[in-house]
Amino acid sequence: MTVFAFTFYVFALSTILGGLMTVVSRNPVHSVLWLILAFLSSAGLFITLGAEFVAMLLIIVYVGAVAVLFLFVVMMLDVDFAELKAEMVRYLPLGLLIGVVIIMQLALAFGAWNTSDMAMANRLAPVGDNENTALLGLLIYDQYIILFQLAGLILLVAMIGAIVLTLRHRVDIKRQNVIAQMHRDPAKAMELKDVKPGQGL
Amino acid sequence: MISADIQVVLPEILLAGYAMLALLVAVYTSKDGLASTLTWLTAGVFLAFAVWIGINGVGTDTAFSGMFVSDDFSRFAKITILISAAIVLLMSEGYMAERGLLRFEYPVLIALAVVGMMVMVSAGDLMVLYMGLELQSLSLYVVASLRRDSIKSTEAGLKYFVLGALSSGLLLYGASLVYGFAGTTLFTGIIIAVADGAPIGLLFGLVFLLTGFAFKVSAAPFHMWTPDVYEGSPTSVTAFFATAPKVAAMALFARVVFDAFGGIVGDWQQIVAFLSVVSVFVGSIAAIGQRDIKRLMAYSSIAHMGFALMGLAAGTALGVQAMLIYMVIYVTMNIGTFAVILGMHRDGKPTTDITMLKGYSNREPLMAFVLLVMMFSLAGVPPLLGFFGKLYVLRAAYDAGLGWLAIAGVVASVIGAFYYLRIVYYVYFAERDDGAAGRLPPVLWTAAVVSTVIVALAWVPGINLFGLEPFAAEAALTLVN
Amino acid sequence: METIILFAPLVGALIAGFGWKFIGETAAQWISTGLLFLAALLSWIVFLMFNGTTEIIPILRWIESGSLSTDWAIRMDRLTAIMLIVITTVSALVHLYSFGYMAHDDNFREGEHYRARFFAYLSFFTFAMLMLVTADNLVQMFFGWEGVGLASYLLIGFYYRKPSANAAAIKAFVVNRVGDFGFALGIFALFLLTDSINFSDIFAAAPEIAQTQMTFLWRDWNAAEVVAVLLFIGAMGKSAQLFLHTWLPDAMEGPTPVSALIHAATMVTAGVFLVCRMSPIMEFAPNAMTFVVFLGATTAFVAATIGLVQNDIKRVIAYSTMSQLGYMFVAAGVGAYSVAMFHLFTHAFFKAMLFLGAGSVIHGMHHEQDMRNYGGLRKKLPYTFWAMMIGTLAITGVGIPLTHIGFAGFLSKDAVIESAWAGGTGYAFWMLVIAAMFTSFYSWRLMFLTFFGKPRGNKHTHEHAHESPTVMLVPLGVLALGSVFAGMIWYNVFFGYSDKVADFFGIPEAVEMVEDGEADEGVVAAADNLAEGDVDGATAAVTEEEIAEADGDAGGHHFAFGGEPGDGAIYISPDNHVLDDAHEAPTWVKVAPFVAMVIGFLTAFMMYIRHPAFPRQLAEQQRPLYNFLLHKWYFDEIYNFIFVRPALWIGRFLWKRGDEDTIDGGINGVAMGIIPFFTRQLNRAQSGYLFTYAFAMVLGLAVLLTWMTLFGGAN
Repeated sequence: MTVFAFTFYVFALSTILGGLMTVVSRNPVHSVLWLILAFLSSAGLFITLGAEFVAMLLIIVYVGAVAVLFLFVVMMLDVDFAELKAEMVRYLPLGLLIGVVIIMQLALAFGAWNTSDMAMANRLAPVGDNENTALLGLLIYDQYIILFQLAGLILLVAMIGAIVLTLRHRVDIKRQNVIAQMHRDPAKAMELKDVKPGQGL
Repeated sequence: MISADIQVVLPEILLAGYAMLALLVAVYTSKDGLASTLTWLTAGVFLAFAVWIGINGVGTDTAFSGMFVSDDFSRFAKITILISAAIVLLMSEGYMAERGLLRFEYPVLIALAVVGMMVMVSAGDLMVLYMGLELQSLSLYVVASLRRDSIKSTEAGLKYFVLGALSSGLLLYGASLVYGFAGTTLFTGIIIAVADGAPIGLLFGLVFLLTGFAFKVSAAPFHMWTPDVYEGSPTSVTAFFATAPKVAAMALFARVVFDAFGGIVGDWQQIVAFLSVVSVFVGSIAAIGQRDIKRLMAYSSIAHMGFALMGLAAGTALGVQAMLIYMVIYVTMNIGTFAVILGMHRDGKPTTDITMLKGYSNREPLMAFVLLVMMFSLAGVPPLLGFFGKLYVLRAAYDAGLGWLAIAGVVASVIGAFYYLRIVYYVYFAERDDGAAGRLPPVLWTAAVVSTVIVALAWVPGINLFGLEPFAAEAALTLVN
Repeated sequence: METIILFAPLVGALIAGFGWKFIGETAAQWISTGLLFLAALLSWIVFLMFNGTTEIIPILRWIESGSLSTDWAIRMDRLTAIMLIVITTVSALVHLYSFGYMAHDDNFREGEHYRARFFAYLSFFTFAMLMLVTADNLVQMFFGWEGVGLASYLLIGFYYRKPSANAAAIKAFVVNRVGDFGFALGIFALFLLTDSINFSDIFAAAPEIAQTQMTFLWRDWNAAEVVAVLLFIGAMGKSAQLFLHTWLPDAMEGPTPVSALIHAATMVTAGVFLVCRMSPIMEFAPNAMTFVVFLGATTAFVAATIGLVQNDIKRVIAYSTMSQLGYMFVAAGVGAYSVAMFHLFTHAFFKAMLFLGAGSVIHGMHHEQDMRNYGGLRKKLPYTFWAMMIGTLAITGVGIPLTHIGFAGFLSKDAVIESAWAGGTGYAFWMLVIAAMFTSFYSWRLMFLTFFGKPRGNKHTHEHAHESPTVMLVPLGVLALGSVFAGMIWYNVFFGYSDKVADFFGIPEAVEMVEDGEADEGVVAAADNLAEGDVDGATAAVTEEEIAEADGDAGGHHFAFGGEPGDGAIYISPDNHVLDDAHEAPTWVKVAPFVAMVIGFLTAFMMYIRHPAFPRQLAEQQRPLYNFLLHKWYFDEIYNFIFVRPALWIGRFLWKRGDEDTIDGGINGVAMGIIPFFTRQLNRAQSGYLFTYAFAMVLGLAVLLTWMTLFGGAN
């Protein structure tokens, strides 16, 4: 076994383990942590493939942002996962059975896996002298420009959606009005009273 | 090169640009105060684009090395989508305003969803397909839970989102399997790769892909989200769900199975036939127990998607033509039905309880008649439009040697007739004094009456389904050949 | 003009049926009647101006299906012309008569509108009947055939509150279906044989059909025979011939004008018309024609025997109708189609009049129909009495023997009997003579019971008996004219010498017969004598010749008919000499019906005027025979046992076991048990939990994957 193969299997196994534990672990926080492991392992897989830029993106975006966000959400939400899981347990035997069936069938499919004759020719990525990042840039901004733009639109929709669904213009709370604050006239804001001792107002 | 590409994608680009511009203008001006105007404007833009695409498009153009295709088929679907989206948008304006839901983001989101749909039907690549699908879906998730202070609405949006994510996952998995086999995501490449034979791995990829599509068209057994989402969403959004996205998803379905897998019709035919037969029965049987008319329409749409899939299952040009005609007819009937549903009010509040329709004919004779025609048509009673839709798909299925499927369709259609007729029974023969009433606003009234006229007069000699047939035939031919 | 005749009644029916609410009942009645009179007037013009040449007037393209291509057209020939006047005249008079008869009716409640509906039905019937007789093809004829059946059903059951009327209507409808089944099979057979349903094509193909064999039921038959028999079965149903006759007496439940129009003058003669119309086929089916003769003669006899003892005035006339229809079939069966038409023609007048007269009596006697409660009405109803008297004289065949002077029935019935004799079947001849005797008896019995003797029954009714209004008497008068003169005027063209008949019916002369070189003095003399009106002389001359050529050489008959099938209104094959032979009948044959009539009259006179108590004693003495006749030969009872009860049993079985248990049970089981079960299951699956939904998706996926593993890779 070469070093390459060894690394691949280590990362692959830890990816699967991470995924599996994400699903089965009882504590949602643990689930997220397992998920992070899965992300990290995937990043490792990318590195073994020579796609170091994608690997870094995965770590920065998914681990650094998405997963941490998940963690916050999970910790803030008061969801009784135990109860939901209890309901789910009833379906567990059947679920397992189905899972086993699907896995066996997939195993069958991969056992008989073959690719089209022209697959390799189709697949050849244009690896030139340039480094990974530059090549990705070339692809994204040229050949796959439409995908890139569509992805942008999707993110726009996501943004609009988040705002639409959460932004609430509440009238019964105090707001900060910066302009008003800056233009406050001390003369108008307060009145100086000369209080005589012993008399009170 | 890029300018030629942009020429092909121009409608989508401009529509997206319009959406963003509208968003900016609204944000920097009066915000929700502009919502009504924006809704009308968006509908107008949709119609203008429909006309533009109808007039401008000739022949088959591809862009971005085949990732984006503009042909008769995509144009047929786009025009249907644009027109139906425009009408539903107009219909929803009053309803949303009345319920305080008319935010300026609504038309913008709808516009972006329509862009997604247009991309879907024009997709020539699995990645573009996915992008269009997600653009559409994400917009729909948002509008489904637009009534964010209603538990049902947020639940609907969440359910739709989670299950949609699951289906997207399945779809992506399928896409990766297909890519693994073919080494390309371009349909043009896949169909060549598949020509040599399809190993089980590729077939699994196909199954996963079709599962994702089946979710989008809400075909059983991937339909479970439909009733809950239909019920929970604001009614006008439900009306939207029931029309344009269904057309887009169905067109996408056809696009993929023919453009990418046209060489292995025998394989996917079995899957589609399975989805079709399960859908027609689940849709027809489960609808019987419903008490909410929106849930009922959800099951109705499941059954109707089953019929549309029946046309697709035929795997012939005639089948695709039948499917396209069926979708147009289905959309027409749904617009008419939802126009009435949107107008159902009780004590000034909208209602969707079926029992509220009791004695409706005494209060609103014209709308009761509209409902009568629509229900008969949905049930497939000749000589109404719905009958011809069914006739087309059944004939296509039968001609393709799927006689058993056609028979199953007829049986399910008989079962389904029960709940449609029950509504007619409520409307005309049951008594209730405090049921739904209230005049329809002009937009809804017009939509209801016009669609009724269309549905009721389709059989008249010389009308020939309003000349729909040759266009659908042309669209089908570009796809199947 | 023919088109106007055809459609005027339809327009009348539509206006009266659907428009009376807008124009009022009286106006509706007048419009439909007016249109009928217009049609009648035009019919007479057409009849009198008609030159005998067959003419086809297309109206519209009707059926276009495969090799079946048919116009809706009017076939205008002599047969049609005769039927036109019969139908429109009687119908117009009946319309008029109904003004009086239907003015007040106890079967309807105060304020109910029934008159316009009645007139609409009558007009509709007339239209359907005209459709039948003007038909240019079999399907058009069948359309009219069923149309009259429908109208008959509606009119018999017009008093829908009377259960007996409803039962009678259903009976008429059902029994007619049996006949119609035969007729329809006949049409199918003809279409199969000729690939056409147009008369012209069928007639042209008739000789060919006669040479063809076709398989029907269990063996091969001559095609012409099969077709002829099947068509005759249709005729039997419509014309109430034996075995399919039971509906006709019951049909008397309808209002009397209906009985006069439909069940005496027109519809029931449709069968005779059919046989005459199809004469080109019939001529090639000698065995079938023998059957027609036999059945017609038997019907005439059986109906007459039953008529002897009936007490309901309308039923007596109904059996008389049935009997007279038997006469017509005998005439048609022996090949004397013109004679059949002659009797049909005259019969329409006097039978319609008898019915209308009976209706007048019933009207005057406050809807009392039992003759045992009549008596001595001569004074109360003088006009009706005289009308009925003329009718009776006509039907019994009063005239001067061996001359052509007499009432209409005398001439036509004697013609039939002579034809029957000439047809060579002694059975038919004797049956008809005996029937004539019975006819005379029961007709006079009717007269004596009704108008003579002492008033019987409800005294109150007799005191209030009154003569009918003028609108009812005018039709009687018109029909009386017909009953008296119709026979004498048209004797020659129906039953005169062949050339006259041929000319009348537009049949080409048989030139080749003359070419036989056998033209001799006898015939010439006969022709001369005939021209001078000396029929006896002519008969004698021909008889002489007949004797001279006793070896039966066909060449002896120089007035044989010619032409191809379909050339004229009727087709008489060259070797059919019935008409000639009938003229040559011996004197005793010619006198026989007269003698029979006199015997019948005298017997009736003795029994009902001289010894009114005698009939009762006779009935007591001959109880079994009396019951046998009174119960109409037990036809209804036998049918009830053989057909009705098993049919009811099968019907009940299929209803209870088949329909209610199996079909309803099955449907209900599916609709109320199985489907709701699945509905509940599906609704339970719709739990609202996300993971259930996701689970369902995965389940579906697993199924599809398994399916693919097992059956994938078809390509």
